[in-house]
Amino acid sequence: MIPQEIIWEVVRLTLYVVGLIAFAAFNAAYLSLAERKVPALFQLRYGPKEVGPYGLLQPVADGLKLMSKQLLVQDGTDVFLFKLAPVMVIVPAVMCLAVIPFSETVSARNISLGLLAVFSFSSVHVLGTMLGGWASYNKYASIAAARVVAQNIAYEIPLLLVVVALVMATHTCNLHEIVDQQAGAFWHWNVFRFQVSPLMPVSFLLFFICMLAEANRAPFDMYEAESELVAGAFTEYSGMGFGLFFIAEYANIVVGCSMATVLFLGGWHCPFGLLPGLHWFLIKLYVLCFCVIWVRWSFPRTQFYTLLNLSWKLLIPLAFINLVLTAVMLKIFG
Amino acid sequence: MWNYLKEIWLGTYSLMVGMWITLRLTFHRPVTVQYPYQTLKLPARFRGHVQLPLDANGKPKCVACMACARACPSNCITMEGHKPEGATRRELSKYTLDFTTCSLCGLCVESCNFDALEFSKDYNLASLDKGDYVMDLLKPAGKEQPK
Repeated sequence: MIPQEIIWEVVRLTLYVVGLIAFAAFNAAYLSLAERKVPALFQLRYGPKEVGPYGLLQPVADGLKLMSKQLLVQDGTDVFLFKLAPVMVIVPAVMCLAVIPFSETVSARNISLGLLAVFSFSSVHVLGTMLGGWASYNKYASIAAARVVAQNIAYEIPLLLVVVALVMATHTCNLHEIVDQQAGAFWHWNVFRFQVSPLMPVSFLLFFICMLAEANRAPFDMYEAESELVAGAFTEYSGMGFGLFFIAEYANIVVGCSMATVLFLGGWHCPFGLLPGLHWFLIKLYVLCFCVIWVRWSFPRTQFYTLLNLSWKLLIPLAFINLVLTAVMLKIFG
Repeated sequence: MWNYLKEIWLGTYSLMVGMWITLRLTFHRPVTVQYPYQTLKLPARFRGHVQLPLDANGKPKCVACMACARACPSNCITMEGHKPEGATRRELSKYTLDFTTCSLCGLCVESCNFDALEFSKDYNLASLDKGDYVMDLLKPAGKEQPK
């Protein structure tokens, strides 16, 4: 006989996972609308406005179009890997969402190594993208597969160095505890913890840049690079095969922005110490998402060498300086 | 070392300039015109196909002197005139413009000594039927006239 608590826990987790997948899909839909409306603001035009009031039903139309399309598999494709790749890209993103604490009470699973879990799952989507590109039997997709690996190796290092410095300061990998340490007004947030390291705002910036590169967002979207590589790793995908990649791309942005919120911006805490809760988390999350879109539509795509130079010559040394400085400061003042 | 730092500073500065430009333009009004719903006013010297302006009595000013038909390099104007009993001048009985060969050069308008020809402001001329472009300019304001 299975104990009652275990059954309830399984039911709770199932509901959470369904909810998180819905959250990811909803974000993909409406962030893609934002991705068309926000640049329209920048470029003095209107963006989509015909489908529904203010174009609000545009994602529904796009989704229906994607779902009604046939999944084509061309000759020479490694069919198993080709069909596995979109799943391998979307699953880790949802797994990451399961660990992230959205508020004091809203979180699917509060595990003591949450930070580690997020960063280990979030590097799996690289593998999925690479396999998809490689299995497609297409030269553009193969180039994209090579690029995505080189880029993600280069940017994982500064990302993790920044996080290591943060873990040294917070003494925990539990995301709930990291957020609780930042309770109160905004000067308690990790971005402004100057007593730990005077470079904290810089390390937040490093984290944000690396997050953009990890989520393969412009100006670091080397693996999609539509003007060079057709659609990169997705070239041969049609219908919902492409749709899953698309949802995963936005889910990765949401995961990245959520992690930035949790690690640096005080999670669900209010900047003025009033009424903490889910709404503050979502506000911070979507402000960061706006910044991601803002960056994308402000800058042209970098060259590949510039991209790697930026990581190896600037971000990694800076992250190391931050790490050493944090260690020294903790030794002296901690 | 100095160049390395300078490059970082210049790079960061140029990135901030770029983001400032996009942020500033966010609060600017859109400049696009939603074409089927809104249209722009055509410029005064817009050249559409020619048309025959009417005089105070509601009749064309044309006296059928054939100057325009002779001036036309592509022979797209066909016209006929007659002189009614007791009238002081000739009147048009037929004026056809074959718009498929017209290049909108305007020599007909220039050659007219009676201000009886002008450019119209009609630009919605798409059609599936070639016959629609052989226009009878004497017809009262219909399909060819701007709305």
